[in-house]
Amino acid sequence: MLSFIGRSIIQKIITLFFVMVLSFLIIHLAPGEPSQVDPLNPKFTPEMVERFRKAFHLDEPLHVQFVYFYRDLFTGKTISWKDNEPVLKKIGERFLNSLPLFMVATILTWTLAFPIGVRSAIARGGAYDRLATFFSYLLYSIPGFFFAYILILLVVNAFHVPVIGMKTFGFTDVSLLRTIMDRVWHLVLPSVLGATVGIAVLSRYVRSQMLEVEDQDYVRTARAKGLPSEQVHYKHALRNALLPFVTMFGLMLPGLIGGSVIIESIFSWPGMGRMAYEAILARDYPIILSINFISAVLVLIGTFISDVLYMVVDPRIRL
Amino acid sequence: MRETDNKELQRDPGTEGMPRARRESRWQEFWRLLRRNRLAFSGLAIFVFFFFVAFAGLVLTSGPRPVFDPAMVRLQEKLRPPLSEPNLANLLPEEIPTLGVYVLGTDDLGRDVFARMLQGAWVSLTVGFVAVGIAVLIGIVMGGISGYFGRNPVRIDHILLAIMASVGGGLLLAGGTVVGAVMLGIAGAYIVFSLWRKKWSGKKTAPKLLRLLHKDTISIDTLIMRIVDIMLCFPVFFLILTVVALLPASMYNIMVVIGLTSWMGTTRFVRAELLSLREQDFVTAAKALGVGDWRIIFRHMIPNAMAPVLVSATIGIASAILIEAGLSFLGFGVPPPHATWGNILSDGKRFIFDAPWLTFIPGLAILIVVLAFNLFGEGLRDILNPKLRERY
Repeated sequence: MLSFIGRSIIQKIITLFFVMVLSFLIIHLAPGEPSQVDPLNPKFTPEMVERFRKAFHLDEPLHVQFVYFYRDLFTGKTISWKDNEPVLKKIGERFLNSLPLFMVATILTWTLAFPIGVRSAIARGGAYDRLATFFSYLLYSIPGFFFAYILILLVVNAFHVPVIGMKTFGFTDVSLLRTIMDRVWHLVLPSVLGATVGIAVLSRYVRSQMLEVEDQDYVRTARAKGLPSEQVHYKHALRNALLPFVTMFGLMLPGLIGGSVIIESIFSWPGMGRMAYEAILARDYPIILSINFISAVLVLIGTFISDVLYMVVDPRIRL
Repeated sequence: MRETDNKELQRDPGTEGMPRARRESRWQEFWRLLRRNRLAFSGLAIFVFFFFVAFAGLVLTSGPRPVFDPAMVRLQEKLRPPLSEPNLANLLPEEIPTLGVYVLGTDDLGRDVFARMLQGAWVSLTVGFVAVGIAVLIGIVMGGISGYFGRNPVRIDHILLAIMASVGGGLLLAGGTVVGAVMLGIAGAYIVFSLWRKKWSGKKTAPKLLRLLHKDTISIDTLIMRIVDIMLCFPVFFLILTVVALLPASMYNIMVVIGLTSWMGTTRFVRAELLSLREQDFVTAAKALGVGDWRIIFRHMIPNAMAPVLVSATIGIASAILIEAGLSFLGFGVPPPHATWGNILSDGKRFIFDAPWLTFIPGLAILIVVLAFNLFGEGLRDILNPKLRERY
């Protein structure tokens, strides 16, 4: 166990190093330079470009830039090229905005996907199963931005509540309850949209796991013993079908930051995804690279947690 | 093979007059199972229909005088709802829509949405197919190498060679011509040298320096799987968005970028299949007959490993179409005068309350096509995998 943990940590650090190198190369070898972003701006004189290049080490060779950049990142000194704000502070603020979206979407996904998946596995081939299957394909295939506009139309026409942004602008001198309701309405649509694909995929996965287990001999034995079918389904089958999902807690972690670029920009939600989008538009390399780095770290931590959890939960796995 | 087996069986006097299973080729069986799976069959039907629409779109909307002109601006006829008659008094003869009505309405510049949708269909189709084609190609080659040659070790000189060649190539592209050319030259010379040593030099023992270079490091399998791990660390949509935003806007860049960021799944499938196929008797037989490695991989093993690849490719086309639509929606897609479903929707979203058809027509089109590919892919998975067949 310990040797596995040690080995996998070393392996993940090596992977992370290559991710750092690769993302740095992709950004810096692409045509165009940040100092050329706005050549027509009269305030952007050649001297300023020169000063800019010097301040951000752009006149150094690539490998020196690489070292400078990651030294700054690890010591927390990296600043955004756009507004000279520290990158980590900006990311932290946006992260706090994305967090409620992520949490509500995750709760929705997990609480809806399991009952749907389990029920369609139990009623395999029936009307409910076929309907659930079709709807999960539908939710999986619908473009998020299109679905967003359908939902906006529905909600705005039916309930007459504003939904764009995190809260209604200038909504200050009203009762606490209405402020809370306003926040909730703004939160609902983006989190439902964030959950749709998750619900579709996860409920299919739950269904197939459940089917797999229901075919096992011990389930047949339980049934042959004359146990009530609830007990067979929920005590014998479901418990074992749940095993692989424990590991998904780890794999969920990257979703924290990947978020959704498209949905956050439709709803003007000032979260991570929208910041990433704005950084790409402004060619704000420090932010792009930092987000990339953090999300790679989250992916690696997530897979690590899921490996360890799997070993803890499933005694058959010995690495 | 199967055909001849059955004929042999029929001529065999022992089985004469006995009840026999119905003769059925692989394709007949496939077709029968597909017909039974109604969702997958309708997926295939929509897919075929979409294919023809996209081809018609390419033919009818391109050229100097297209039948349906997607770029024809009629400002006096803007935001007309679907199936509305053009106001003939205001239009020049060449501005009248070909079908006499605006089948799917017009947008905010008075362009015919039907023509624009036709043009966009071709973009979706090519992006989907080319991106997945690239991904599957890389996936099969990487997975094939990793599954078949996986046990072979990578030697230090291989790593040095790869680093030297890629740095040299990079420098050559970035402008450092002399150093880059020298490095590429050294790498090339080393390849020639090692080929010469292997083929024509009878020397058995290598000098000390060479023996150091020939030290084994990790296996090829480990190397390729680590590369896959590295690629999986990137947030895919964000990476695609970054690269597409940095590169000049063009349809080909989008296809290549989507392809280059989505081959990891195929690699893993092919590797897993080849690892199990490698131990099978027919591969041993082929090796014993002296068949070459590459022929064994591509002629004997890959066809047997195609089922999961086909399934993931079909579903991959759906997600490539979605990604392209998302990029177009954010304004990073195919550059503007060209219509795509994503940018029709993105332009139309400002008029969602006045002209909802500008949002709903492209949105529904994307939804239906993506749904068709997903349903067909899932059906294919059930049909090609005998274990899943009776689940329905």
